[in-house]
Amino acid sequence: MVSVESHDYDVLIIGAGGAGLRAAVEATARGCKTAIITKSLLGKAHTVMAEGGMAAAMGNVWEQDNWKVHFRDTMRGGKMLNNWRMAQIHAQEAPDRVLELESWGALFDRTPDGRILQRDFGGHRYARLAHVGDRTGLEMIRILQQKSVAEDIDVFSECTINQLLVNDSEVNGAVGYWRETGELVQFRAKSVIMATGGLGRIWSVTSNSWEGTGDGHSLAMNAGAEMIDMEFVQFHPTGMVAPASVKGILVTEGVRGDGGTLRNSLGERFMFNYIPPMFASETADTEEEADRWYTDKENARRTPDLLPRDEVARAINSEVKAGRGSPSGGVYLDIAGRRDADYIKRRLPSMYHQFRELAGVDITKESMEVGPTAHYVMGGVRVDPESAATSIGGLYAAGEVAAGLHGSNRLGGNSLSDLLVFGKRAGEFAAERAIQMDHSTLDKQQIEEAVSRIAKPFESEGTENPYTVQSDLRELMQSKVGIIRNRSDLESALVEIAQLKGREKNVTVSGTRRYNPGWHTALDLQHLLSMSEAIAKAALEREESRGGHTREDFPAPSDEFGKLNIVVTLGDSDEVNIKREPLTEMPKELAELFKD
Amino acid sequence: MPSANITIWRGDDDGQYEKYEVEYQDGMVVLDVIHQLQATQAGDLAVRWNCKAGKCGSCSAEINGQPKLQCMTRMTEFEEGEEIKVAPLKAFPLIKDLVTDVTYNYDKAKTIPFVDLVQPEENDVRRMAQIDIERVQEFHKCIECYMCQDVCHVIRDHPENQDNFAGPRFFVQLASVAMHPLDQNAKADTVSHGFGLEYCNITKCCTEVCPEGIKITDNAIIPMKERRADELYDPLRALGRFINNLKK
Ligand SMILES: Cc1cc2nc3c(=O)[nH]c(=O)nc-3n(C[C@H](O)[C@H](O)[C@H](O)COP(=O)(O)OP(=O)(O)OC[C@H]3O[C@@H](n4cnc5c(N)ncnc54)[C@H](O)[C@@H]3O)c2cc1C
Ligand code: SF4
Ligand code: SF4
Ligand code: FES
Repeated sequence: MVSVESHDYDVLIIGAGGAGLRAAVEATARGCKTAIITKSLLGKAHTVMAEGGMAAAMGNVWEQDNWKVHFRDTMRGGKMLNNWRMAQIHAQEAPDRVLELESWGALFDRTPDGRILQRDFGGHRYARLAHVGDRTGLEMIRILQQKSVAEDIDVFSECTINQLLVNDSEVNGAVGYWRETGELVQFRAKSVIMATGGLGRIWSVTSNSWEGTGDGHSLAMNAGAEMIDMEFVQFHPTGMVAPASVKGILVTEGVRGDGGTLRNSLGERFMFNYIPPMFASETADTEEEADRWYTDKENARRTPDLLPRDEVARAINSEVKAGRGSPSGGVYLDIAGRRDADYIKRRLPSMYHQFRELAGVDITKESMEVGPTAHYVMGGVRVDPESAATSIGGLYAAGEVAAGLHGSNRLGGNSLSDLLVFGKRAGEFAAERAIQMDHSTLDKQQIEEAVSRIAKPFESEGTENPYTVQSDLRELMQSKVGIIRNRSDLESALVEIAQLKGREKNVTVSGTRRYNPGWHTALDLQHLLSMSEAIAKAALEREESRGGHTREDFPAPSDEFGKLNIVVTLGDSDEVNIKREPLTEMPKELAELFKD
Repeated sequence: MPSANITIWRGDDDGQYEKYEVEYQDGMVVLDVIHQLQATQAGDLAVRWNCKAGKCGSCSAEINGQPKLQCMTRMTEFEEGEEIKVAPLKAFPLIKDLVTDVTYNYDKAKTIPFVDLVQPEENDVRRMAQIDIERVQEFHKCIECYMCQDVCHVIRDHPENQDNFAGPRFFVQLASVAMHPLDQNAKADTVSHGFGLEYCNITKCCTEVCPEGIKITDNAIIPMKERRADELYDPLRALGRFINNLKK
């Protein structure tokens, strides 16, 4: 048996985005020896890219706002498939988490009376997003990073976990490798928190970085955890579309929150033609009313440009299909016609910079071309709403890798607040468990299996290039398991995924173990493939359209499916199993909020 | 499709430059070309990146001798056929290809004090005017690309200074704590530790390369140098320090 560098921790946190860092701060505050592991350098996780803001009903701009309104918006945005208890906790605790971040040094933009300013975003009844221009995620990650440094928490940077270790049906450790040296490392822990973010890299057009390969989803499922809602993937309506090389890079919803409008090639504000019955009573039906809404929330209804993301993404898709798209296959997003240059540069500095540098477009003068991009996964590891515990002992999950809060569609700004609310709770409950127990022994056989799997791409006789297999999978998922789905595409996608799994076994890599991205890409393939299968199977099972899941062959929502989650687990011979489970019922006093 | 002549450092300290010819599409940035190269010719080529939009500070490199973000350097900046040389940041130890060991920066981060804010008034939240936070918001724009650290001659040409010199990125962080309108202790820290501010001779090279346009020298370093001078040489404060020392 090879000797492997090893470490013991009370609480081991996989992921250094907002969720992982907040969890680490909490577990440390509760006296636990805590470590954070991250694939990239500290401070570079997806959280750093978040732009628009963090939703919390503080009522600083509209005092009518409170947690009940936020709760209601979140549930309706998720088409009522959300775990109601998570949505309630999130809405109740988000304001405290924002203020806590401020007490650690975050500097949010201010109201005239010196409080935290809040901005409009899709699906939120009131201006609710605490923000710092359009770089809110940078503020969040930097402050949490500095707090973790101040608390002297151990960080394993550029270290990739490839397997969770399970003893007696409880998770008690993990095995991974240092990216720099390729050497192996094993961890023994009393509690493990999964905070690995999302899986946008499954699609060829995405706002996600190389890291978004669904590792945590796949590691947890392999360890025996239940997954829910995997069919729900958010395609953000506004990604860049041109030039081709920047396709998918995000354009914040803040552009529309601050007055930007969507138009087709005929110059029409097409969103007025796509107002669904569920939102008709609260959405403006004339341009005049929509424009007035920005300053008069009491007497005017919200602009349809700010309908929830699933509605807007589908509308853009339809406009382009109908031949009313822009030259590069998107639609136009215009703020220049509405706001002066100073305002745009002050509110949206990084969008201004991004378009000027990458597309040669001056957004204070010209329209942007935008189209949908794979952005966020609502589905993931099923967790207990109070404690973030998963269905297996010793494993917790928080942030994008966890499921339930957002139901079938996430509202913008509800992720950053999710990270803090449930990151803190995961840290708290993982610490509570760790404090009460001793270390258990690691299973040597599992470690040896991991060691040989990690080495395999170097020893393979095959000839497949890992980058090619990855890009073929992404093209497949983009064309057959994308925004609009149907039975025959999904079935044929599953056949092709099985073929790609065969090719994955023949992947080979060149070079040494030292900082070798080809090898890392080869190892990430297993996660991409198993999550692609889980998504396609769950999507096939749900025969309706709802939120981030649209079926051409079942275009309407169904009452039957509206009452259940699709639960995904891994079977004994690694097959993906699907079952249906009823949602838990909301208590009467909360159900009352949806009466009108 | 046009093709690029790109020369890249391969290997560790004992490595060498290698030439590649890569086809690219209109609108591509240098990082796209590197990715194309990885996918087709050099699978093990090491490079860091995350956001591909100038927001994470991972992809810094020296392109034709200039520190730049690979994801924000468009191919149209070069003539067709022009040789493009991509090298790792020089100031830090090389790991492989375009990836360097930036531990120095993470170690320096540990020396910067954390904010310690005054409590809000009873039954109220903390209040700050937008105008009072704007200069600190400028410092918070830092994406930790470490290009300012890379060009600063105090670090680049004199590795022996590294122990005593935090570097421009961390002067920015220090300034953001010291100038936070509600912070109550960091000002004292700048004086008692210094962080090597005195090594800086205001060449402004750091400001020139900052992709976020932070005026590192004018807005962070010079005000802190002045503050430090005031506190060290102000006779009243000197008396105060003298009395404090007596008390100890
Ligand atoms: C461009 C963009 C803009 C966005 N804007 C907003 C916004 O304005 N408001 C909002 O609410 N949300 C926004 N989102 C969504 C939000 O940013 C993400 O959902 C959120 O940041 C995810 O945080 P996280 O902590 O769950 O994970 P991440 O921030 O994704 O971090 C995941 C961490 O896990 C680590 N990791 C992953 N796999 C492994 C492994 N195998 N081994 C070790 N470590 C691993 C990674 O290295 C990383 O440190 C945006 C997302 C993007 C991409
Ligand atoms: S101004 Fe000072 S910190 Fe900046 S590069 Fe010059 S010497 Fe270094
Ligand atoms: S101050 Fe500017 S140059 Fe220096 S690390 Fe920050 S963003 Fe980079
Ligand atoms: S990849 Fe993030 S700055 Fe270049």
